[in-house]
Amino acid sequence: MSTDLQYREDGELRHFLTVEGLKRDTLTRILDTAETFISFGEREIKKVPLLRGKTVVNLFFESSTRTRTTFEIAAKRLSADVINLNPNRLATSKGETVLDTVRNLEAMHTDLFVVRDAHSGAAYLIAQHVPPHVSIINAGDGRHAHPTQAMLDMFTIRQHRQDFENLKVAIVGDILHSRVARSQIHALNILGVPEVRVVAPRTLLPTEVERLGVQPFSDMRRGLENVDVVIMLRLQLERMQGSLISSQQEYFNLYGLTPDKLAYASPRVMVMHPGPINRGLEIASEVADGPHSLILSQVTNGIAVRMSIMALLMGGQAARRED
Amino acid sequence: MNPTTIPTVEQLLANMGQALQPMTAQQALMVGIHTGGAWLAEQLHRQLQMTEPLGVLDISFYRDDFTRIGMNPEVKASHLPVGVDDRHIILVDDVLHTGRTTRAAMNVIFDYGRPRSILLAVLVERNGRELPIQADVVGQHLQLTAHEHVKLAGPDALRLDILERVP
Repeated sequence: MSTDLQYREDGELRHFLTVEGLKRDTLTRILDTAETFISFGEREIKKVPLLRGKTVVNLFFESSTRTRTTFEIAAKRLSADVINLNPNRLATSKGETVLDTVRNLEAMHTDLFVVRDAHSGAAYLIAQHVPPHVSIINAGDGRHAHPTQAMLDMFTIRQHRQDFENLKVAIVGDILHSRVARSQIHALNILGVPEVRVVAPRTLLPTEVERLGVQPFSDMRRGLENVDVVIMLRLQLERMQGSLISSQQEYFNLYGLTPDKLAYASPRVMVMHPGPINRGLEIASEVADGPHSLILSQVTNGIAVRMSIMALLMGGQAARRED
Repeated sequence: MNPTTIPTVEQLLANMGQALQPMTAQQALMVGIHTGGAWLAEQLHRQLQMTEPLGVLDISFYRDDFTRIGMNPEVKASHLPVGVDDRHIILVDDVLHTGRTTRAAMNVIFDYGRPRSILLAVLVERNGRELPIQADVVGQHLQLTAHEHVKLAGPDALRLDILERVP
């Protein structure tokens, strides 16, 4: 997938579609800018006028609560006008193509589309067809990428660990169906994390997963040994065809994150999960609600990180319109 | 104007401190604008032995040219350690030129609350105002051409430089 589409000629971000191929500087800038937005939660007025007069359309062809809500809050804190479109309300269910839907919304002077779709490459397809002053953020496309989730995870890690260059990170669970895992792996590699492990039964690992720059483990205890960060993934039962796991109970016994398995990790280990969590399936409640868990900080950080990405995309937009 | 005739930053700060002295009796809150204003505020805060903690503002998110030139790559977090409601505020900046930075800074402050008053203290007041804003305390007045601009170098050994803008 071309990364040229993501950068403007002056090196600034134009679209945010995938972490793959982005420069380390870009990722660091997103994290640094998000840092400045974190303090806004404690202010009397939580808004800044940065995107005043801009229109943001949340175009979610696939359902989502957390991601859509945090995008909406993020856009509103930046003073943008936000329109949410639900899949069942969309004209695509009446046969209109995705691109026609976008063209119509564009005719209403939309500046930024946040797109989620069950098909890999949907956001990319739309990005190829919009005029230069319109930006696209990928909020999850099929199995391909979920770059804003990966960035908020990187932000959460950086809040608790000074630098990425001495970390061991394990991503555990349904790697095969996970767009989150793919984006996280790219982000961790770009930010210089020396050891990224994926832990899953062979049936839930993509073939040649090593080529992504990770070490695969199918034994959870070995995979968690001395890691600083454990990222659990949701078992995406709705995407599974055929029997990839023998039973949910057996999966929990082998790969569910329980206090005794977590004991193999570093004593200061951070436990993360992109949500929604399946308690008792991939993670035990004692761990999800335990002292190592950062699951709710991830949600809070999601707002600041999404504000940061929107702000970076929209900066200088008027100049592009004048070109 | 010949730069050698400008007093040192240290001298200018001493004069500004004297002018601001009466404000300290009113428990005023000092707030510096990133980056130069924050350096100066730190020194004035020490010089005036102010007891309330010092605030800093970054106005990047309130600039009126954001959609034209984009985000400042070095945006810093704003930090107002004490509530601003009903407080007298001394806003400190290095140079008052167009007045746009001051406008943005006032908007930031009002998003934290409703101050009783805001007083503007600047090291240099120069010509070229584009908004109806004036300083209450000024270290040095300068008359410059459109091509010249004045810059505060720091944070160690603060120094004023007058530079020719490259067209």
